[in-house]
Amino acid sequence: MLNTVDLFEDDRPAGSDGADQMGHLVTGELDLSHGVALYLEDITVSFDGFKALNNLSLAINAGELRCIIGPNGAGKTTMMDVITGKTRPDSGKAYFGQSIDLTRLSEPEIAHVGIGRKFQKPTIFEQHTVFENLELAMKTDKRVWKSLMAWLAGDERDRIAETLRMIRLDKEADRPAGLLSHGQKQWLEIGMLLMQEPKLLLLDEPVAGMTDDETMRTAELFVSLAGKHSLVVVEHDMAFVEKLGGLVTVLHEGSVLAEGDLATVQNDQRVIEVYLGR
Amino acid sequence: MRKPLTIRILSALDKKSWLALGIFLALALVVVPVLHLNFPEDSALHVSTYAITLIGKIMCYALVAVAMDLIWGYGGILSLGHGLFFALGGYAFGMYLMRQIGRDGSYGADLPDFMVFLDWKELPWFWVGSDSFGWVAFLVMAVPALVAFVFGYFAFRSRIKGVYFSIITQALTYAAMLLFFRNETGFGGNNGFTDFKRVLGYTITSSETRLVLFGLTAVMLAVTLVFSAWLVKSKFGRVLTAIRDAESRVMFIGYNPLWYKLTIWVISAVLCGIAGALYVPQVGIINPSEMSPGNSIEIAIWVAVGGRGTLIGPVIGAFVVNLAKSWFTVSFPEYWLFFLGLLFIVVTLMLPQGLVGLWKKLMAKKGAEAC
Amino acid sequence: MKKILIALLLSLGSLSALAALDPGRVRQLAAEDSSDKVAAIQQITENADPDAVRVLTAMSEDSLYLAGDKAVIITDDSAFDAATGEAIKMPANPESITVNNRIRGELASALAALKLFDADREVRLASAEELQSKVSAGMAPLLKKALDKESDAEIKALLKLAYAQANLGNADPVARLAAVKALAETSSPVIKSVLLPLTDKANEPDDKVRYEAIAAVKAIDGRLALAENVGQAFSGLSLGSILLLGALGLAITYGVMGIINMAHGELLMVGAYATYGMQTLFRAYFPDAIDWYLPAAIPVAFFAAALVGVIMERTVIRWLYGRTLETLLATWGLSLVLIQSARVLFGAQNVEVANPSWMSGGIEVLPNLILPWNRIIIVGFAIFVLLLVWLLMNKTRLGMFVRAVTQNRPMAGCVGVPTSRIDTMAFALGAGIAGLGGVALSQISNVGPDMGQGYIVDSFMVVVVGGVGQLAGAVWAALGLGIFSKLLEGWAGAVIAKISILVCIIIFIQKRPQGIFALKGRFVE
Repeated sequence: MLNTVDLFEDDRPAGSDGADQMGHLVTGELDLSHGVALYLEDITVSFDGFKALNNLSLAINAGELRCIIGPNGAGKTTMMDVITGKTRPDSGKAYFGQSIDLTRLSEPEIAHVGIGRKFQKPTIFEQHTVFENLELAMKTDKRVWKSLMAWLAGDERDRIAETLRMIRLDKEADRPAGLLSHGQKQWLEIGMLLMQEPKLLLLDEPVAGMTDDETMRTAELFVSLAGKHSLVVVEHDMAFVEKLGGLVTVLHEGSVLAEGDLATVQNDQRVIEVYLGR
Repeated sequence: MRKPLTIRILSALDKKSWLALGIFLALALVVVPVLHLNFPEDSALHVSTYAITLIGKIMCYALVAVAMDLIWGYGGILSLGHGLFFALGGYAFGMYLMRQIGRDGSYGADLPDFMVFLDWKELPWFWVGSDSFGWVAFLVMAVPALVAFVFGYFAFRSRIKGVYFSIITQALTYAAMLLFFRNETGFGGNNGFTDFKRVLGYTITSSETRLVLFGLTAVMLAVTLVFSAWLVKSKFGRVLTAIRDAESRVMFIGYNPLWYKLTIWVISAVLCGIAGALYVPQVGIINPSEMSPGNSIEIAIWVAVGGRGTLIGPVIGAFVVNLAKSWFTVSFPEYWLFFLGLLFIVVTLMLPQGLVGLWKKLMAKKGAEAC
Repeated sequence: MKKILIALLLSLGSLSALAALDPGRVRQLAAEDSSDKVAAIQQITENADPDAVRVLTAMSEDSLYLAGDKAVIITDDSAFDAATGEAIKMPANPESITVNNRIRGELASALAALKLFDADREVRLASAEELQSKVSAGMAPLLKKALDKESDAEIKALLKLAYAQANLGNADPVARLAAVKALAETSSPVIKSVLLPLTDKANEPDDKVRYEAIAAVKAIDGRLALAENVGQAFSGLSLGSILLLGALGLAITYGVMGIINMAHGELLMVGAYATYGMQTLFRAYFPDAIDWYLPAAIPVAFFAAALVGVIMERTVIRWLYGRTLETLLATWGLSLVLIQSARVLFGAQNVEVANPSWMSGGIEVLPNLILPWNRIIIVGFAIFVLLLVWLLMNKTRLGMFVRAVTQNRPMAGCVGVPTSRIDTMAFALGAGIAGLGGVALSQISNVGPDMGQGYIVDSFMVVVVGGVGQLAGAVWAALGLGIFSKLLEGWAGAVIAKISILVCIIIFIQKRPQGIFALKGRFVE
């Protein structure tokens, strides 16, 4: 608990008066004026008495690349569920930028304001071709009528082609996505995320099942994305985390245990205990 | 950059399919009428009234099957209550047919016979305007649409899916059946509507009226197929199949599945309503048993037999199953349920893609051997 | 038989009755005018001794004749003096006495009243009970006499009621008031209808009595309504038990294993036909033990349905695990095959399954509330089956294995649980429980090929409302739906009740898509 507060003091961006001020601003365009992309405060989620998240507080700056690690059951996935609207927190605040209250929006609305999510298990549309997967993800008006009348414009095709090259699937464009290898599926999902042009990317174990080579390329891609986008990466692969650089947050039993660069965190006595002890 | 809608609709089907559709319409609109009217009954080329009624009826079923396929095959939502929408369309049009009887009923009264029997003095409010073809044609589509919208909105909003949804639709049609069985509901209770005399002033049993209804059903089936082909080829169709395969992914890339499901659900219900309206004048009766859960679940087997997720599959399935049914019920009535039951089992166990899938597999094998 | 009885009474009378009746009175029984006869009957009744019984019984049996100036009783070949009971010479040409319906009614009441003085307590009790519905004002003195003599508390209470009823017609308002007050304590619809006229000014001039009567009717109404509600609640409970029996099997196959079995209703049917089969067997071979066919049917139905379940699981369902919609369609196909098989084997008509004799009748809890034995037994049976399922699922190895397989199939497999055999056994268990439900259903509803179809929607509703994976959910949902629908039925009729329940369930699912006992957490989806 003490720890959480410490972290919070450290990380609170200058000029922010905290939650009270933000509480009045509910919706609107994404406002990154104070440099904070994602702001979680005292989030608690419990399932039948079991606290998956316990007063979790976390802030991600605009353009930051943040890694989240933690043992199984630390609450990583639940945290992502809260940010993307899949799970509603029992208490606490979740803001995107200065003004968007994530706890009040539905999943599609959250996707719409600019948060993209990659699942732990690659979820793509297996019956659709690779091209169609990207087309469906592309940032556009996603209401029913527009979809009925949609017809791909030239520049939209170009964008899809560009992404296809970036994720190295241009040769597979017309194959059903279900036929891709596991690593390729991971890449496709990342590609879909990019097509959404999100401000904040949540990536749950993005390199699981990738070869070392693929993993390194993914790391390069993420590093290149940081700055323009904010990224939150949940990962177990420490080599990958090291490659990404950036701050590392350790979750344990639903709250933040430690935070700092990888070396600091790895030498933290409590972290070692959590991972090795007991 | 925006292509005109006509071109998009034309591109919904390939050349072969357009040709097949043309042949089908020519058969229904020209060949059948000519054979029916111009050859005597003992001629080998004569198409009997029985055959026309049977095929007309099955085309209505095929329409329902296509509607079912849109929601099940493409949307992944198995409805066990589509018989309700079919019956609602049928009842709506049946109201008009009852009014067309006029004073030719057995009581010779202005009111339909069953109301006289119940000693009602005037039409209930929901019968107002039922003597107008235009209003009833609107009701045929509007009533199923409204029921589907209200039910679908609440069901999809609370994310009821899979088997839960199926069972609740079954309960819905079951409840509606109980409701329509009551005399007080105002739709003729047990007996429903029957003994129709005229439609738009024409005698309903005359050859010409039959042929017109038959042709109309064929045209409606063709239009539905083209419309559905366009629908499933549009981006809407791709989103729909995406929802079927990975709903949460669809949500996280910013589509709201509620409205997509609701749209296809309502479209499907309206198509069923139209099918019901075409069915009633051809078959000459509508009663609450159309809403029995068994009927609705049978629709699913037509689609499954033909092959879901294809548009021609449901049409083939509806024809195969219903032709088999009329053959069995004449020749071996006691074996029909065995056959139908085994069909359910065999198709789900061995032919998950239906006859169309089997055909594709055989073709692929042949192709592979040829190479 | 009757004649012998009369003869017996007569001999008894002639032995014991020394105080003979007034011959004039007895003669009056043969008067021309009915009213005179009635007066005579009433006066003789007031005597309340065995002689009165003897004479009036004879009159009601048409054995009373007029011979000259004397009333005589003639049985087969002997004659008696009606007034004294002494044997006399057979008169030459006895004249029969006309007994019309009015007289017959009067005689019946009088004889019933006279039984109040019988030496046997049971006879007195029966008579007091019988009198409750046919008290007339003229009986008041007689009842008073009986009341004074009576020592048994139960009979005394009944007599008090009868006396009060008789006094309602008393000319004295004070007596009427006391009578109304006494009657206000009861809870029978008959007494209510007796009191009802007194609430009208036209019949009851005295204000005090009338107000008291109004209050009394109200009090009785309240108690009647209570009885009716208890009755409704009980029939709701029994409907709930039936739903529970239908749903318990599903709670295992669907709730625990996740298999949608649309042929579940047909498994109920198999159980019901197994019961029918046992009945036929017992009728043919053990007609003396026919009442035992039902207990014998319980294991037979269980194993018959379980066997069908095993066949279903082995041939169809096992290939469809994880594909619920396909399972739904395939099992629907199975249900059609089972229905048609029943038609071929037993005919399309319903077959007759009779209740064993020990199931007929009921317990009278309140004057207007009888709980039938067959319903009570079904409630008990449901509890028995519930306990059985609970024990099997929670206290046996099979139950542990089933729970293990449903929670984590690969892991269960790894630790040596024979998963596929467990699937079969668990499904067979669910089917067998459905068969037990069929035994119960055969006792209260028609047994026919289509009987299962009516329960499938209800059963699934129970599981949907109760939530998946829970026995407790199914139990509460079944009882809740049963009681709720019975109460609604009383209020709005069966069809509307059914429809509103379905609508309520649809609305309920909006709020709690996972049922009453929802599983929460990350494993839900």
